[in-house]
Amino acid sequence: MAIHDRINEKSPWTDITEGNKIYEAATSRDFITGEWRTSTPVWEPEKCRQCLLCTPVCPDSSIPVCDEKRTDFDYDHCKGCGICAKVCPFEAISMREGK
Amino acid sequence: MAVRERLSGNEAVAYAIKQINPDVMPAFPITPSTEIPQYVANYIANGDIDTEFIHVESEHSAMSATIGASAAGARAVTATSSCGMALMWEELYVAASNRLPIVLALVNRALSGPININADHSDSMGARDSGWIQIYAESNQEVYDNYIQAFPIAENEAVHLPVMVCQDGFITSHGVENIMLVEDDKVKEFVGEYTPKHYLLNADEKLAVGPYAVSNYYMETKRGQRQAMINAKKVILEAAEKFEKMTGRRYGFFEEYKMDDADYAVVIIGSAAGTCKAAVDHIRNTAKKKVGLIKIRVFRPFPEEEIACALANVKAVAIMDRSEMFAASGGPLGAEVRAAMYQAHCKAEAVNYFYGLGGRDITVSDFERVYENLEKMAETHIAVGMYDYIGLRG
Amino acid sequence: MNGTIEIRWHGRGGQGAKTAALLLADVAFKTGKYVQGFPEYGPERMGAPITAYNRISDSEITVHSNIYEPDYVVVVDESLLDSIDVTKGLKEDGAVIINTEHTKDELMRHLNGYKGNVYTVDARGISTRALGKNYPNSPMLAAAVAVSGVMDEDEFLTEMKSSFEHKFAKKPEVIDGNMRALKLAFDEINK
Repeated sequence: MAIHDRINEKSPWTDITEGNKIYEAATSRDFITGEWRTSTPVWEPEKCRQCLLCTPVCPDSSIPVCDEKRTDFDYDHCKGCGICAKVCPFEAISMREGK
Repeated sequence: MAVRERLSGNEAVAYAIKQINPDVMPAFPITPSTEIPQYVANYIANGDIDTEFIHVESEHSAMSATIGASAAGARAVTATSSCGMALMWEELYVAASNRLPIVLALVNRALSGPININADHSDSMGARDSGWIQIYAESNQEVYDNYIQAFPIAENEAVHLPVMVCQDGFITSHGVENIMLVEDDKVKEFVGEYTPKHYLLNADEKLAVGPYAVSNYYMETKRGQRQAMINAKKVILEAAEKFEKMTGRRYGFFEEYKMDDADYAVVIIGSAAGTCKAAVDHIRNTAKKKVGLIKIRVFRPFPEEEIACALANVKAVAIMDRSEMFAASGGPLGAEVRAAMYQAHCKAEAVNYFYGLGGRDITVSDFERVYENLEKMAETHIAVGMYDYIGLRG
Repeated sequence: MNGTIEIRWHGRGGQGAKTAALLLADVAFKTGKYVQGFPEYGPERMGAPITAYNRISDSEITVHSNIYEPDYVVVVDESLLDSIDVTKGLKEDGAVIINTEHTKDELMRHLNGYKGNVYTVDARGISTRALGKNYPNSPMLAAAVAVSGVMDEDEFLTEMKSSFEHKFAKKPEVIDGNMRALKLAFDEINK
């Protein structure tokens, strides 16, 4: 059961852990921040040279890398800031209005 | 057999630390608490204990390192005074809200300014809302006993709160008095091995300490913290009972001295309570007046109902504060004790005095005059010098 | 405070008056007493007048105030007589003990008409003879014990010997001199 099923904004005070301690790791993955997005990056693999300049600048770690190659965006967590589109030298990432 | 000794209050705390052998002690020197880390550093250098002593560059760092060590899973302690604790301020709240069972030896000293190094409760009273349990001592014996009891209180699962063990700067910290020490093995057994359930260095469990809480969670979290303080009352009494079985020395939230039939009472914290006891004895032996004393030991959690109950049958009470709170009325103890009395519909006349600020001495005859005032108040129903000072030049 | 002996020490920062008060508490403790030894604290200043106190009793001591009406006053540095009213509050049936080469009569003008006993002891001379150095606090400690009678001389000397043996474990050559200084103080105290 994900943490937000156990503790959420409807939980009574008696269900909140002492000092808000979280007894598991990487619970931020359960928080779908992609829902905040008003502008969405679109990756065009054919234009991408796999230079990997986009990956380290993503503030939300939403450009997964697999076998030394980037893959498509993690839209569950991408907030649409557009930094990746700005740094891409090959115009392989463009921003689209909306989700 | 208990060991008959003579030690200063600082020596007594350091000796208790030696007996407990905590895992980590980060500390920064400040008068009058400096001797505590100094003696502990000696114990470590001599190989008596294997506590990790962390040299830090400030008290803010001392408390931060203590918090880090405690969150990591260590039994962590520190010591400070006055402005040193003021520099810890932010971290005091973090320690309490993160529910870390840290034990802080506080040697009470006035806060600046004017700069002053002597006994005064303005440091700990200022921190009374930080979420720490506060236990105060009259004598070197009491500070030693309180220090040992602090660990099972702080580390109890229903509590998990930091404890401030307070004593009066110089008066007890540097005064040598008789003391009965508990044998090493008994102290070790009393505090037990520290085995936290959740801690950052546990490889088998992932843990986040101190996450951000938005408004939707903050209030519920604070309610949980308050519950720990409520739970602490029972745990404090259980620790006292266990300690009494071990030593024969009895402790509670406060000490009632000759209160059974008392008409006139003083409520006070710390070393001056001993001086007041001599006044109580003298008045009872000579003038045969029924006078008594309530010495507050546990100020956080505040034993509201219990104090009101203890004052239920007195005619007049003087509540005596060793710190200002600049309400332009009384001091913190006065405010809280009077609130407790009001809530319990207590009929006694009450007055709130300041004494001992910045180490100003208070004598047996000063207390005798306080009791004379109380007798007048009971007759006339007019407060004699509400918010007055004892020993202030007029 | 019935049955409690109260002593006030006057000295200058760095002369060992506080140490002497703590040592007196120590030896009295070892003879089974309840004790207090405490200085009146301020910033540490070498040469500035300091006051230290002892309470010694057969029963538990709870009072934590300074001492205003002592039974005995010990003056470790006679130059304080010019600036400090050393006999202030001193009980008439008590005594003042002064470290001086002078006679009692020569000192009386400093004592504000004190009617109780006045003892003199040349602690500097004794220390210089016994130790070759001016450490007045040991002889003054012995004089305080002799005058106050908080314990008998043999008991005191036995306890002091054992604490010197502990304190000077690494330089045992100074133990004899210190013991001699204590004994001389008992012998040479003048009333």
